[in-house]
Amino acid sequence: MNDIWIIITASLVAANAAILGSFLIMRRMAMVGDAISHAVLPGIVIAYFLTNSRASFPMLMGAAASGMIVTTFIQFFNKKVKLQNDASIGISYTFLFAVGIILISFFGSNVDLDQECVLYGEIAYVPIDTLFIGELNIGPRQFWILLTTLIIIVSAVIMAYRKLVLTTFDEAFASAIGINVVFWQYYLMAGVSLTTVVSFESVGAVLVIAFIAGPPATAYLLTHSFKRMIYLSILIGIVCSIIGYYTAVWLNGSIAGAISSVIGLVFAIVFAVDLFKRRQVSRQVTQTSN
Amino acid sequence: MTFIREIISFFTFSEPNVKVVFLGSLILCAISGLVGTFTFLRKRSLIGDVISHAVLPGIALAFIIGHQKNVLYLIIGATITGWISTYLVEYITRHSKIKSDTAIALILSVFFGIGVLLLTHIQHTGAGSQSGLDQFIFGRASAMNQSDIVLFGSVGIVILVLTLIFFRGFSILSFDEGYANAIGFPIAWLKLILSIITVITVAMGVQAVGVVLMSALLITPAAAARFWTNKIHILAILAVLFASISGIIGSAVSYTYNGMPTGPWIVVIVSLLAFLSAIIGSKTGILKSWNLRRRNNVKILKENTIKLFYALNSEQPDNSGFQFSEIAENARMENTTLRSGLKLLRKEGWLIGNDRQGYQTTEEGKREARAIVRKHRLWELYISKYMHLQPDHVHDDAEGIEHVITPEIERELEEQLDFPKLDPHNSEIPY
Repeated sequence: MNDIWIIITASLVAANAAILGSFLIMRRMAMVGDAISHAVLPGIVIAYFLTNSRASFPMLMGAAASGMIVTTFIQFFNKKVKLQNDASIGISYTFLFAVGIILISFFGSNVDLDQECVLYGEIAYVPIDTLFIGELNIGPRQFWILLTTLIIIVSAVIMAYRKLVLTTFDEAFASAIGINVVFWQYYLMAGVSLTTVVSFESVGAVLVIAFIAGPPATAYLLTHSFKRMIYLSILIGIVCSIIGYYTAVWLNGSIAGAISSVIGLVFAIVFAVDLFKRRQVSRQVTQTSN
Repeated sequence: MTFIREIISFFTFSEPNVKVVFLGSLILCAISGLVGTFTFLRKRSLIGDVISHAVLPGIALAFIIGHQKNVLYLIIGATITGWISTYLVEYITRHSKIKSDTAIALILSVFFGIGVLLLTHIQHTGAGSQSGLDQFIFGRASAMNQSDIVLFGSVGIVILVLTLIFFRGFSILSFDEGYANAIGFPIAWLKLILSIITVITVAMGVQAVGVVLMSALLITPAAAARFWTNKIHILAILAVLFASISGIIGSAVSYTYNGMPTGPWIVVIVSLLAFLSAIIGSKTGILKSWNLRRRNNVKILKENTIKLFYALNSEQPDNSGFQFSEIAENARMENTTLRSGLKLLRKEGWLIGNDRQGYQTTEEGKREARAIVRKHRLWELYISKYMHLQPDHVHDDAEGIEHVITPEIERELEEQLDFPKLDPHNSEIPY
């Protein structure tokens, strides 16, 4: 039963990240997702210290606050003082992450959070931490949290689908017909922050990024339709979670690490096949033209 | 008092281990600052991030193969996987429709995931004492020992010498790769050398600040330095300086307060230096550009205000003082703005008088008014003549450009137009 819970948890994170990741990589903002997922650390630590619990709501507030701070920093460096984009991102999130680690060391033994956990999570503990209704065990807490998040993200994306797609693919046109481009960017970023916060405990920041970039990039190579790309990347994410879990069991290593590795492997296979096919097509074209 | 005693004991190296940590942090930070200058200028800051995450599997593999924590093996392993990661990012972006940011995020997380998988595998199977492999993720400068310092020092010197030898090549490569290629620089070689140097620097640096924060050590010092200078030599020197200061303060803090990690403190200090530089930096700092914009606005306001008096004076040549309402009538600005403009002109000595007695232009004020109207009309004439614009289309353009015409351009215009008498609206051009 534990295996199933772990795989379901990872799959829920995969689905969340695949939906958001598809938008992010089309917007060339994958690294902003990376930045946010690291930068939420200080907010989480402060919320944890203040409330002394892992209750999701305060942590979410803390993470949202640090997510906003890192976005503001990036905007400040990029727009106000005209620093190049890559450096603006790099400076901002490393600063917040460093502050987060310092806060963990500062609160020391008062905080039952450790820095490794933030990066690669403790998905193996998910089945132990269960919820009860009366006497009835209704399954892991993380499962319910992630399921709620998935419902929120899916309904948020469905409600605003047209506007999100427009601002993603043709920002100039979107703003010309009066859509607030900046608002929808923050809307997506809020989704990324939410996903990171609810996932960090189970899978950690790094697997979230792997899920955000990997399955959507793989799906992008396989299809030309954006909707199909979203469905495919959810599917790929789930398949990678299953294979990754059993790889981790086999190697007796980190589950998050194994799933990331499998994501990389799946991408590598699809990439190689895609490259091979295109090479053949171009060879045929040259042969026929000769 | 204990605090001061601790600080003194840190800087006098009363404990031998302090000297090691201090020297180690200093060397790693200084080298990162130097190499990072080019990472930053080539806009490869996020590539630095990829490399620093990608060294992790190399470190784990070196540990599996070498069966112990040998810093030299670890650096070699880290360099190999780090280098492969940059190659893969470039390969994916070149051979598919995937954009570089996606490739970076993908390679970074996958390599890191593989590293974590290998490390946890080593730990769980109990191969070796797992002697502080965790420290590579977050860095633990305090774990450095004497032989590490010797290694860091000698590799550091090699990197320094290589950077100095190829400084010119690296600079041209950073600013204009196409040009470097055109004038016959061996850019393929230069790029290879630079990327190897960068990867080695990262492989060493992760031991002080850890995988996640290493990219900060590469880019933040150079970014901070960028606010102070436009010259690449000074940029490199400042970057090394900022990085070294952070290294010193970071290791001092972690020595003084028990349990404080060195790496994050180094990164926080260098980030604070960058924020500070962004605000007070003498080249592109925010205060500097505010000041420039304010001075420019003052100049424009002064010139627009004195220009009003040119029209008034030509209607009433006796120069008998104008009421505020008279002046405001033709002014295309708010009354409060006009009032501050008048105040500025009085301070400048171009105007005398006040609201009750009316305002009069001084001789200097008249000269300035003629000067700005002359520039305006010369420009109108110039663009109507050479760009064949209708006379009623040239005013707005001249309204902006009149404030930036230098005496040299003015002379040029006069000569090109052969000292004209009338502008396109048949108004006189005053000399």
